Amino acid sequence: MMDMMGIINMNEAEDYLGDITRVRPLAAVPYGGRYRLVDFTLSNMVNSGIDNVGIFIQHKYRSLMDHLRSGKEWDLARKRDGLFILPPAYSKLPMQMHRGDVENLYANLDYISQSRQKYVVISGANMICNFDFREVLEFHKRTGADITAMYGEADCDAADCSKSHVLETDAEGRVTDIREFEAIKGCRKMAMEVFVMEKALLVEMINECISRGDYDFIKHCVIKNCQRLKIFGFHHPGYVGRIISLQSYFQHSMALLQPAIWRELFFKSGLVYTKVKDEPPSKYGATADVSNSLVAGGCHLEGRVENSILFRGVKVHKGAYVKNSIIMQQGVIEAGVVLDNVICDKSVRVTAGKQLKGESNYPLVIKKGRVI
Amino acid sequence: MHKKKCMAMLLAGGQGSRLGILTQKIAKPAVPFGGKFRIIDFTLSNCYNSGIDTVGVLTQYKPLALNSYIGIGSAWDLDRQHGGVFVLPPYVKEQGGEWYKGTADAICQNLNFIDRFNPENVLILSGDHIYKMDYSLMLEYHVTKEADATIAVIEVPWEETSRFGIMNTDAEKRIVEFEEKPKEAKSNLASMGIYIFNWKALRRQLLEDEANPASSHDFGKDVIPKMLRENMKMVAYPFSGYWKDVGTVESYWEANMDLLDEDSALRLYDRSWRIYSVNPPRPPHYMAAGSRVKNSIVSEGCMVFGEVENSIIFPDVYIGKGVKIKNSIIMAGVHIEDQVSIDKVIVGRKTLVRTGAQIGAPCQDGRQEILVVSGDIIVPAHSQVTANLSTGRSSSEEEDDDLNAGGSMPVKMAPNEIVKMPPQHLKIVKKPGLPVEHRTNKDGGSGGEKQ
Repeated sequence: MMDMMGIINMNEAEDYLGDITRVRPLAAVPYGGRYRLVDFTLSNMVNSGIDNVGIFIQHKYRSLMDHLRSGKEWDLARKRDGLFILPPAYSKLPMQMHRGDVENLYANLDYISQSRQKYVVISGANMICNFDFREVLEFHKRTGADITAMYGEADCDAADCSKSHVLETDAEGRVTDIREFEAIKGCRKMAMEVFVMEKALLVEMINECISRGDYDFIKHCVIKNCQRLKIFGFHHPGYVGRIISLQSYFQHSMALLQPAIWRELFFKSGLVYTKVKDEPPSKYGATADVSNSLVAGGCHLEGRVENSILFRGVKVHKGAYVKNSIIMQQGVIEAGVVLDNVICDKSVRVTAGKQLKGESNYPLVIKKGRVI
Repeated sequence: MHKKKCMAMLLAGGQGSRLGILTQKIAKPAVPFGGKFRIIDFTLSNCYNSGIDTVGVLTQYKPLALNSYIGIGSAWDLDRQHGGVFVLPPYVKEQGGEWYKGTADAICQNLNFIDRFNPENVLILSGDHIYKMDYSLMLEYHVTKEADATIAVIEVPWEETSRFGIMNTDAEKRIVEFEEKPKEAKSNLASMGIYIFNWKALRRQLLEDEANPASSHDFGKDVIPKMLRENMKMVAYPFSGYWKDVGTVESYWEANMDLLDEDSALRLYDRSWRIYSVNPPRPPHYMAAGSRVKNSIVSEGCMVFGEVENSIIFPDVYIGKGVKIKNSIIMAGVHIEDQVSIDKVIVGRKTLVRTGAQIGAPCQDGRQEILVVSGDIIVPAHSQVTANLSTGRSSSEEEDDDLNAGGSMPVKMAPNEIVKMPPQHLKIVKKPGLPVEHRTNKDGGSGGEKQ
């Protein structure tokens, strides 16, 4: 029994991934051939023995509900605890406007305070990594921290860092500064936006925020309390893919084509679970030519595929050439098509002979369901 | 209880001894098939797709993997409040218990189970055929014809009639005669081993058959001939489509290879009639630069660096650089190191093939035998294997279903994690030309009786 509950908290701008997040929350963005981004955080929690997970959702959550359903695939369809999908409950708020994630937490405060676990981990849903929360909890207990903040190594000069939080720690690992939207020169510690604390502290912070009219968890609960509370940084040495833009999505998707990263992200401290689709295995035809690519189940390949990721049920016809691209579920690429640096959202059909090209730092996105 | 129009009883206890090494550790219906399935998936999925929600699965021989695979039937949506899937092994009663003596006896011993659902009709199936069939159409036919029994038949080539139970029918498709493996067949309609019986009629027949000491308690040999003698109304239901009994290593291999056929009649990729199975949580497979895969089926979790042609690759298979695999079936968790060549071989799960090994029977008169390499063994580096390879251990142990267990590392990611087998259990031909001992474990050791 793990004495910790999990909260997956979605506080995100709608336009993170442009057209891809226009139809779904970031958590439900398809990734890695058969997953949604939330699968990683959720599986990490389950593999760490956490069996009470609340997912706080905000808008356009149909696709996420459809994906998670009862939580059975993550072993979270339980009699006690299990998966809780918590939609915003505006009526409980003193003001009507929804301004931030703390309001959502406050609206569902009953769920949090009534849970049996002593500790809580609160995390976003857009972090691609594979680790065990047990290590983090142990670290948290050992250091006697009020809050443990996980961080990974990142190049903070990169454009993506502008949407992240970076933190500074002293020699003992205590967090001395956290800043948003501003790179701290020379700092390589990117907050993973995963925080471990006692549940009582979380409840106290939520109440305090609401009473002062504050609403942003990281800004008002963590950053504001940086001096008052003992916040320790926990370094996760493994691969961390934080998906906050189209570029980071594309980059961290393509990273899966490195066998070492493929192994780490899918197997290291546990398997990654996702909704089962009962696709038959993929079929390679006589003219298939596939190299350095990731292919999910149910694909039918006759053409040439290079440095690409194919989701479940994709068809690549004879004479088509797909390179440096991501083709999501049920995509059909007809004969003679050439794709380069293209992301096809779900159920896209590219008809014969079309040539589409994006750039490696600016992939071309084809909207869900489009026929080109 | 609510009366069921039809429930199914699935005979899954047979040993399948003609599959040799493949059924050394597991029951035939649990033998992996087609890259991710088990043979029984086809029948169970047919049940689900046909709207049959109550299925009794009769197990007997080495049931561990089969039982844990079926579980509560959730993979086929057969975890139901009223009905669902029930695994029915033989059990001990007040007057002692016994093994299922035959197919009819297996049903008879579960009379109370069937009565519990009070069905109008009972569908009898076997768990070792590869096909897609809508049983609801057959049931409709059975009801319209007001038959006591309906037997599904398929046209087989005339030259093969001597291998099947042949039904001779009149113009109305009423069965007038049944011949088991006839030398001179009068018809080419072969029984598919799929029956729908009116439960009242069958119930009486089973009790009468049970009381007959001369009977072998088999549907084909005893019950159906007796019903014919008593002039009960039995009709043939003609089925056309893909149907294959995977009873031998050859037919098992062929049925797998049929999936590679561009116009495969099985239509595995037809989304309206899916074959459901337990899905191990595995990532998409990785095709490295320099890999070449043609006319093959590859499952999730694999890593491929070498060449694969006309083959079926199950989940979690690692195929190293310079490897050439042709016309083969590679089961889950097999690790193949660099420069290995494999031709027309069925490699059992979790086997480690060391660098440079060559596996494949020699070509004789343009024909090549199918080799079977059993699971959980190590094929030494640079060895040449030209005969079946098995551990030679007594088959008292059973295969578990750990590949489907979640939460753990996939079994055997790195070669050094593979359990080493004592060398005396390996029959290896180091050099071609040495006498070869065939170990197919045909007798299967101490397993239960055949159903």
